[in-house]
Amino acid sequence: MFEALREGLGEEMERDPNVCVIGEDVGDYGGSYKVTKGFSEKFGSWRVLDTPIAENSFTGMAIGAAMTGLRPVVEGMNMGFLLLAYNQIANNCGMLHYTSGGQFTIPVVIRGPGGVGRQLGAEHSQRLESYFQSVPGLQMVACSTPYNAKGLMKAAIRCENPVILYEHVLLYNLKEKIPDEEYTCCLEEAEMVRPGTDITILTYSRMRYHVTQAAKTLVDRGYDPEIIDIRSLKPFDMYTIGESVKKTHRVLIVEECMRTGGIGASLRSAIMESFWDELDGPIGCLSSQDVPTPYSGPLEELTVVQPHQIVTAVENLCGKK
Amino acid sequence: MQGIMESIQTLCSGDHGNEGFMQDDEDEEEENGVGRLTSWAELLGFGLAVFSEAIAPQLQCFCDRTLGFAVGQGGSREAWIKAVAMAMSLVRKAVKKGWVGALAPAARVMSQALSTASEPITLDIPVPFKAHKVETPSVTVETSAQELTNFFKTMFIMRRMEIAADSLYKSKFIRGFCHLYDGQEAVCVGMEAALNDKDCIITAYRDHCTHLGRGGSVLEVFAELMGRKDGCSLGKGGSMHMYNKKGGFYGGNGIVGAQTPLGAGLAFAQKYLKVEGVTLAMYGDGAANQGQLFEAMNISALWNLPVIYVCENNHYGMGTAEWRSAKSPEYYKRGDYIPGLKVDGMDCLAVKQAVKYAKEYALQNGPMVLEMDTYRYHGHSMSDPGSTYRTRDEISGVRQERDPIERIRKLLLSNNIATVAELKTMEKEAKKEVEDALSKAKESPSPDSDELFTHVYRKGYGAKAYGADRKEVVVKLP
Repeated sequence: MFEALREGLGEEMERDPNVCVIGEDVGDYGGSYKVTKGFSEKFGSWRVLDTPIAENSFTGMAIGAAMTGLRPVVEGMNMGFLLLAYNQIANNCGMLHYTSGGQFTIPVVIRGPGGVGRQLGAEHSQRLESYFQSVPGLQMVACSTPYNAKGLMKAAIRCENPVILYEHVLLYNLKEKIPDEEYTCCLEEAEMVRPGTDITILTYSRMRYHVTQAAKTLVDRGYDPEIIDIRSLKPFDMYTIGESVKKTHRVLIVEECMRTGGIGASLRSAIMESFWDELDGPIGCLSSQDVPTPYSGPLEELTVVQPHQIVTAVENLCGKK
Repeated sequence: MQGIMESIQTLCSGDHGNEGFMQDDEDEEEENGVGRLTSWAELLGFGLAVFSEAIAPQLQCFCDRTLGFAVGQGGSREAWIKAVAMAMSLVRKAVKKGWVGALAPAARVMSQALSTASEPITLDIPVPFKAHKVETPSVTVETSAQELTNFFKTMFIMRRMEIAADSLYKSKFIRGFCHLYDGQEAVCVGMEAALNDKDCIITAYRDHCTHLGRGGSVLEVFAELMGRKDGCSLGKGGSMHMYNKKGGFYGGNGIVGAQTPLGAGLAFAQKYLKVEGVTLAMYGDGAANQGQLFEAMNISALWNLPVIYVCENNHYGMGTAEWRSAKSPEYYKRGDYIPGLKVDGMDCLAVKQAVKYAKEYALQNGPMVLEMDTYRYHGHSMSDPGSTYRTRDEISGVRQERDPIERIRKLLLSNNIATVAELKTMEKEAKKEVEDALSKAKESPSPDSDELFTHVYRKGYGAKAYGADRKEVVVKLP
């Protein structure tokens, strides 16, 4: 997947000279996850900028540059570090288009790896989707496969709104065959992973793989789950989700975000508000526990949703078969 | 040009004075036009028009030269053309009514205007610069009558605007936060004299006058303060969020110090896009203690960005005096490896000189810090009386000794650029302009309800139909 991201970013940088990358160790080091490997030699040090460790100010700089028409791509070495830039992202990035009465657009892309990795410790295993979801003016997307990573990266760079692209630290080594010809993915659209009839399972990022793994068990037991990767975390693709709910009448949300105030919580209330009549039962929501991610391996596994929990939840929602 | 000047002399020598011309009020339009002939542009335009009857063939060349002169002095071409057109219609009426006597005063005025308005005047800056890791600029500054007059007028308009904002706030037309700039006008006016449209300015929330300096209008400022449709941000920004994209003014920021990395980003873009301009990232003595400022300084020094950090030191960070908040209140030295200058911020000419110097420096060598030693008469904002942490004597002392407008007034009078009466006329002019803008702004309506949802997002990328603004969505979101 990191190569797909690299291809997407590289193609956009070739296409538009205003695209530049700003981040820590993106230049000579090639990016801490190798996403920008080789870019420094190819595009020069003025388009691939190695910054000192000052997230607040280099995010601010990217926003200031975006106001003039450049299209910077900000890489947070780990999404958690972007908490230091929260003021810039919330106040300046999200709100400037509105408070200037439409005079300035901020076509910035903020990307980086987040999510729970393998025993990285609490502060390096953060899921920032919930923190940024209320900021007006931002768009958020989460990629999960090499195909949609490249497509979303390209679309995010071309988009006029500020976009936060959430990657997952454990998905960088995924391999998939992607088309040679140029393509982009729609930023606001969800992806149908597996059509089905019994229950709609909504997921994103790494949890997609836990869900597909659980789906194997479910299919063996006679269930027919419809799996949708919502991809667009803000705004939600209520059209695709709505069509699915009208078909299956049952919903389970599986996410890695925190239980309190997470993406699942907002999605749950959005679905309930719009599709109450279509639902046959309560919307299930499986999220990470409201704890800092522990270091110990078994404890870390308990923090995030595991496939067997998904199977149990589906069985409870659909009834035993 | 020679022949024209001879004609002027001839007319000046003859005594055709007819003071009644200026006071006639038969035709209202004429009265308004004639009564307002106080600016150089209008006087010149009027005089120009006088000769149109006699010297039609030479008029085009003359027009071009005078227009060129006007543009070179910073006046807008549109203003000049308007003045000439107005003057020409006036003089046609005058000639029709037989007021040939008007020609002489016009000629006198025109010759004076042409010869003296642009003549360079050299003045010395009284308070010396202090420098850190760089040479001080010269204390001798070149200016002109036109420039000094413009300083006076612009600062006076700004002062009246801020005072009007004060009473608007007290009568609850302006709500929320209102941070007034009176006392500090010399900083933004002096800066503009050294900058052009390739330069960018970004500042904090005390931005009403900076917005004016960058090409905004008083109407826009008042309407925005009152949250009306005609405001520069359509009423959605308010006092702290004024922007002017055409003028290169990037706001207007609420969070203290957050504009400094944005300023570094603007300078980065200027360098990236190879624009020959600098960015002035302005902040106050309170913001000088923010970590992000030092981060931005580090990055801009590393990458040699053409940014000038302007610290408007009014000695109080809201209620905290500088000696209570900063271990080292020498803000111009705080850049450490970045050179700095301390400037008397109440003196337009000192500010102009320093910014000119800093601009040359920044375009070659990278960032520089300018500390403007200035003062604000009002409190931090309208909810702060401004006298709990400083004495009224201090405020009135600064007002008496260092007021920027009084300083320019003294210069204009002592250099015979304007008489007391002319200055009074200019002040009346400015007051009228501000009042007109105020009444127009009060008439401006509130934004429509659906403006609530506009400008949150731009149209989505468009691979499919929905878009982030959810206008074409099938499901209605709350």
